[in-house]
Amino acid sequence: MTESLRIGVDVGGTNTDAVLVRGRTVLASRKSPTSLDIGSGIVRAIKDVLAAADIPPAQVAGVMIGTTHFTNALIEAKNLSRVGIVRLGAPATLSVPPLTDWPEQLKSIVGGHAEILSGGYNYDGRPIGPLEPEEIRRMSREFKARGINAIAISSVFAPVNADQEEEAARIVREELPDARVTLSSQIGRVGLIERENAAVMNSSLLGMAERVIISFRQALIDLQIRAPLFVSQNDGTLLDPDNVARFPVLTFASGPTNSMRGAAFLSGANEALVMDIGGTTADVGALQNGFPRESSVAVDIGGVRTNFRMPDILSIGLGGGSLISAANGRIRVGPRSVGSRILTEALVFGGSQLTATDIAVAAGYADVGDRDRVRHLDRQLVAAAVDEIHRVAEEALDHMKTSGAAAKVILVGGGSILIHRDLAGVAELTVPPDASVANAIGAAIAQVSGEVDQIYSFEKLGRDQALHEAREAAEKNAIAAGAAVHTVKIVDVEELPLQYLPGGAVRVRVKAVGDLHYRGTT
Amino acid sequence: MKIGLEHIADLARGAALLGCGGGGDPYIGALMLRQAIKDYGPIEVIDVTGLGDADFVVPFAMMGAPTVMVEKFPNGGEMVGALRALERVRNEKARAILCAEIGGINALIPLVLAARTGLPVVDGDGMGRAFPQLQMVTYHIFGVPAAPMAMTDEYGNSVLFECAKSVDVERLARHLVVAMGGSSAVCLFSMHGDDAKRSMVRGTISLAIGLGATIREARRREGDPFTAILEFLRTTAYYQQCRVMFEGKTVDLLRETKGGFAVGRAIIEGTASCAGRTLEVQFQNEHLIAREGGKIRTIVPDLIAILDSASAEPITTEGLKYGQRVKVLGISAAPIMRSPAALDVFGPQAFGLKESFTPIELLNPQ
Repeated sequence: MTESLRIGVDVGGTNTDAVLVRGRTVLASRKSPTSLDIGSGIVRAIKDVLAAADIPPAQVAGVMIGTTHFTNALIEAKNLSRVGIVRLGAPATLSVPPLTDWPEQLKSIVGGHAEILSGGYNYDGRPIGPLEPEEIRRMSREFKARGINAIAISSVFAPVNADQEEEAARIVREELPDARVTLSSQIGRVGLIERENAAVMNSSLLGMAERVIISFRQALIDLQIRAPLFVSQNDGTLLDPDNVARFPVLTFASGPTNSMRGAAFLSGANEALVMDIGGTTADVGALQNGFPRESSVAVDIGGVRTNFRMPDILSIGLGGGSLISAANGRIRVGPRSVGSRILTEALVFGGSQLTATDIAVAAGYADVGDRDRVRHLDRQLVAAAVDEIHRVAEEALDHMKTSGAAAKVILVGGGSILIHRDLAGVAELTVPPDASVANAIGAAIAQVSGEVDQIYSFEKLGRDQALHEAREAAEKNAIAAGAAVHTVKIVDVEELPLQYLPGGAVRVRVKAVGDLHYRGTT
Repeated sequence: MKIGLEHIADLARGAALLGCGGGGDPYIGALMLRQAIKDYGPIEVIDVTGLGDADFVVPFAMMGAPTVMVEKFPNGGEMVGALRALERVRNEKARAILCAEIGGINALIPLVLAARTGLPVVDGDGMGRAFPQLQMVTYHIFGVPAAPMAMTDEYGNSVLFECAKSVDVERLARHLVVAMGGSSAVCLFSMHGDDAKRSMVRGTISLAIGLGATIREARRREGDPFTAILEFLRTTAYYQQCRVMFEGKTVDLLRETKGGFAVGRAIIEGTASCAGRTLEVQFQNEHLIAREGGKIRTIVPDLIAILDSASAEPITTEGLKYGQRVKVLGISAAPIMRSPAALDVFGPQAFGLKESFTPIELLNPQ
C-alpha cells in the first residue's frame, strides 16, 4: 500500500504544481502556469511529471487535486448561481433578514428570493415555532417561478437540532426535484448569520462545482488515468468528487492547508509552526497532531462573514517580491509587492524595483538572478532590511504560538530563501527539500476523514460510553469515506457541554482519519 | 443630530471600546440597526437639556446571554411590545428612548427601538461604559427605581415586574430570561425629564460615534490612532483623564466561567517603552483592575480598554489571545460615577476587590 503511486496537483491562481509520489518518495515535480480552462493546465502538469519519472498512466493509484477555484469564484463574483433562501426562525430573527451584511455587488448576483418562516429552536431544544409545510411548498413554487434551483435552508440553533432543516429540504425537493439544497447545519457552527452565509455561499457554487468536477474527470480520461479522483478540503483530508459537488465551500482553504500538510510530511514533524513564504505574502499556521489548527473566530470571505471550519492562518505582507521602502529613517518590507512580476521587475532579474529577494542576494545568503546588479546597494540599508525581514517573520510566528515556549518552525514556499539566520523564539528551523511544491505534496499525501458531530446525554449513557460510541461512529464514517481499516485513528475529540439542558447534554465532535484504501486500481 | 447608516460602524467601534472588554459583540446589533434605518429612516438624537421636566422617557436594553443573541436575535416587535406594556402600566406615553449601557451591543439596540417607534433617543446612558448587572446604572444611584419593568419575548408575551428593590428585579428577571429562551427585551428605570437631567451620563452616544470616527480617520491617514484617541478624549467632559498605560503582548491568560460571568486575568509583558515591565488586567466580563508590580494603575469604575496596538481595534475578554500586541488605555469615568453612592453600587467592592477606588489621574500623575 505504501508503494502506491499518487499524483498531487495544486491549482493556484498563478501556477499549477504537480508531484508524483511513491510512498514517502517524491519521484518528480513540475510547476506550470495555470490555464484559463484549468483542465488543460492539469493535463499538462500531470503529463510532465509522468514523463519525467517515466511512469505509465495506468500505474497511478490516485489523483488528488487542491484548488482555489471556488474561493476565487466567490471573491471575483464569477460563475455564481442565484440562491433561494429559507430561514426557519419566525417569529424570532425578523429584525435581520438574510444577506443584510453582504457587499452589494455580490448580493445582487447571489440574492434570489429570501423569506423567514415559522420554525427554529431555542438553545434548550424547544421549538420556537412549528414547521409549516404549506409555507415551504409555497416558497418552493415561488423559487420555481423565478427559475431558482439553488436553495439554502437555515434554522435558529440548527447545531442543537437539525430536524426542521432536514424536513424542510425534503419538502422543497418534493416540489423542486432538481433543487440543489444546502442546509446550514451541514457546514456551519453556532452563529446564525455566519452559518446562513456559509450555506448561501455553498449553494451559489453548486452549479459551478458540478462543471469543475466534470472537467477534472475529463482531464483524467484524457490522460488515460483510471485511478480514483479526490479533492482536498479545508482540514487537509480528501473529499470524493460527489461530496465536492455538494459542499464546494469545504475546499476554500485547501491551499494553505495543503502546504502545511506537505510541510509536516516533508519534515516529519507533527507539532510545529509552518511558514509558507510566497511572492507577495507569507502564511503562518500551526500544526497540531499533524493537522492545521482550526480558527475559532468568524472568517471573512469576499467581504462575507462565515464560521465554517477553516485553518487558523495569519497572512502577512512578506514575500520574495515585497518592495523595500524607507520612511522616517525606518526600513519597511512590503506589504506592496511586485508579485508574479518578480522575474522581470526585481533588480537581480534586470528590473528596477528593490525587492526582498534583492536584499537576500545582496546580503550574500541567497543565490538567484545576477548578483552584480545589487552590488551597488548601501551596506547599511541591506543590513537594516535583513533585520526587518527577520523581525516581521519573528513577530508573525510569535502571534501564532499558544505559549511562550520556543517553537519548531518549518519553512516552505519559494520565498523561504529570505530567511537565513536564527529567529527569536524559534527552537529549530527546518527548510525541507522540495519545499517549493509542498502544497502539491500535501494534496498527494492527504488522508480521508470521518466525523461525528452530535449531542449525547452523558447522564443517560455515561461519559465513557458516549465518547466510545462517538469514536466508533467517526471511525466507521472514515472507512465509509475510503480509509483503510487498520490505518484509522482518532485525531480530535471535542466536548461542548450545553448549558441549561436537562440530562447532561453534551455536544461531542470526533474526527477520525486514515490512509486511503485503493480499490479497483492496478 | 441624526444617526444614519454612515454612523453605524463608528458607533459600534466606539461602543466596543467603551465596553471595557465586555458588553457583548456589537456585530448583530449593528446589523439590526442597519436594517431598522433602511426600513424606518435615520434616528433623531436629542440633548437631555432639550427634555421638558415632565417628559416621560424610557431606557431600553436587551437582557440575556450574548451567545443566544447570535442565534436567536429579536424580531423588533418585542422591543415595541415592552415599551407599550410599560406605557400602559405607567399610563404615560414615552417622549424619548434612553440608553442604559453605552458599552457593547446595548449601545445600538435602543436606536433600533427608536427607529421603529419614530421617537428620538437622548444622547447619553446610565453607565458611560458596560457593567454586568442591570442595577449598576446611574439611574439607580439617583433613586430612580428599576420597576415597573416590562420584559417581552419574540411572541409578544410581556411580563411586568413590580418590586420595591431594584436588585430584586435583577434577581427575578435572570430567571425569566431563561424561560424566555435566553434573551428578552426590557424597559425599566422609566422616569421624567427632570430625573434624566440629574442622573444621565450625558453625551455618550455622540461620544462613542466620535471615538469610532477618530479611529477610522487615523487609520485612513495611516497616522497613530492612539495619539488621535487621546487627543479626542481630552476634548470630552469626563473622559479627559486618559493614558496609554501600557504597551506589550499578552503572554498568559486565565479564564473561567463562574456564575454566568467570564472571570479571569490577562498578563501583558511590556515591549518598546514598557520593556521589562508586566501589567496584569483582571476581569469579570469587563476589565476591573490593572496592576503593575503590586501597584494599581487603573481601577473600576474608571475604564480599562485593551486595543490592538496597530489598528486600535478594541479587543473583548473573549477575543484575547496569547501573543496579541496590545495597548492598554486607562480612562476616567464620569464624575457622576465616582461619588460614594455610585462606588457602593459599581465600585471595586461591588466586584469583590479589596482595593479601594483611586482615580486614574492620581494613580498616573502626568
